[in-house]
Amino acid sequence: MIINHPLLGPRDASEFTYLGDAALIDRPDPASETAAKDFYQYQYLRDNPAGLHRELWYHEAGDRSWLVVTRNTVTHEITDVAFARDIARAKGRST
Amino acid sequence: MRYSGLKVIKEALTGHKGWKPAWRDPEPQQHYDIVIIGGGGHGLATAYYLARIFKQKKIAVLEKGWIGGGNVGRNTTIIRSNYLLDGNEPFYEFSLKLWEGLEQDFNFNAMISQRGILNLIHSDAQRDAFIRRGNAMLLNGADAELLSTDQIKARYPFLNVDNARFPIKGGLAQHRGGTVRHDAVAWGYARGADACGVDIIQNCEVTGFRIEHGKCLGIETSRGFIGADKVGCAVAGSSGQLLAKAEMRLPIESHVLQAFVSEGLKPVLPGVVTFGAGHFYVSQSDKGGLVFGGDIDGYNSYAQRGNLPVVEDVCEGGMAIFPMLGRARLLRMWGGIMDMSMDGSPIIDRTHIDGLYFNGGWCYGGFKATPASGYCFAHLLANDAPHPVASAYRFDRFEKGRMIDEKGVGAQPNLH
Repeated sequence: MIINHPLLGPRDASEFTYLGDAALIDRPDPASETAAKDFYQYQYLRDNPAGLHRELWYHEAGDRSWLVVTRNTVTHEITDVAFARDIARAKGRST
Repeated sequence: MRYSGLKVIKEALTGHKGWKPAWRDPEPQQHYDIVIIGGGGHGLATAYYLARIFKQKKIAVLEKGWIGGGNVGRNTTIIRSNYLLDGNEPFYEFSLKLWEGLEQDFNFNAMISQRGILNLIHSDAQRDAFIRRGNAMLLNGADAELLSTDQIKARYPFLNVDNARFPIKGGLAQHRGGTVRHDAVAWGYARGADACGVDIIQNCEVTGFRIEHGKCLGIETSRGFIGADKVGCAVAGSSGQLLAKAEMRLPIESHVLQAFVSEGLKPVLPGVVTFGAGHFYVSQSDKGGLVFGGDIDGYNSYAQRGNLPVVEDVCEGGMAIFPMLGRARLLRMWGGIMDMSMDGSPIIDRTHIDGLYFNGGWCYGGFKATPASGYCFAHLLANDAPHPVASAYRFDRFEKGRMIDEKGVGAQPNLH
């Protein structure tokens, strides 16, 4: 697979390590009353779709950025790549 | 019809006109007591033990394609019970004992060959870990033997014991481990279940569950609605897709694992060997091909094919211990979809929906578990209580912090 890095252009997927579903960006609020349940679901449960999947890849052998890659899990086709930090900041996160 | 040597001779003398199909091809009935979704090894074994051991009636197995077309026909055929943790080892040893009596039990030649498995040791720390594992195996009634480098050289003279980076310092052997003709496992269980009255319904895809007031009443399929008192799901890599139809999210990700077969060679490799410093395992099939594999590709996938970096990694692992492998050409490679759980261990449990039961999360170790998985899932379906050796395989273990994590890597499915 080739991941089209937003800054560095097309890079081989073997330069990256894979974390999982991009929903892992949305860490639950530890102060919430339902925090225990929220963190259980955040940590352990997955949508695991067959089709488009937004997922976190880390450019370990490159610029060490975290990317959100939109990839089809049935065909391995990558349709979109963005910086995870841009997506997190767009949701109001400071870091 | 029982198969026997006498039967073969009789048929040979009468033109082989008396053989019948090994199982029927029935139309689905409107209602069953128990429906198993998934006609792979685990689903067929479940139906077989439900009918034969637990004396249940009116059972069907639904398969969207043909039986045995999934992971039971795609794995590297290894059986073993060399686990460490209390939640796992009694289960896998129970499975190995079932393998040992399986062919007589279901009257089918599954070519079960206890040729032994050898896990190589490459460092002092690994030797300590393997001694501990061997002791755990012995405590649970399995067999284990620590071998020296000289003992390994006598049995496997072609191994590169002096590799500068990964010298072979010994090995942990389980002599009762071995290989099985994997397709024959599906066929044997199917034939055995059919003979006990189980309906095996192929080309029947489940499209949804009919759930009312928290109870599962049956399933919608491509061949109409089928009512059922109890529904058991055993669909491996498709677990997340299937249970999403019941609005469940699982502690499972689907990943692709590749496997490889070389061209046919003369007998060279007497048992199963695994590389301890990387991830590589190899055996030789009775047809002569070297059957081998390594890590999963490491990203969510439903494509039954992988990518080249893992091919390279697997072949490097092979070359590190087994330099003569470099002269063999690769004949075939393929991928299967693994239901990777969050702690690397499986789930055999009721769901929160009454009448809906789940068997999955086998990661890439499901084949060796086939008999015990079927037996324990049948026990759960028949008695509504877990079998003692599968009592740790609960859904709630993640929420309650009772993970069964052999590798200790945490909730990261691509690392198990």
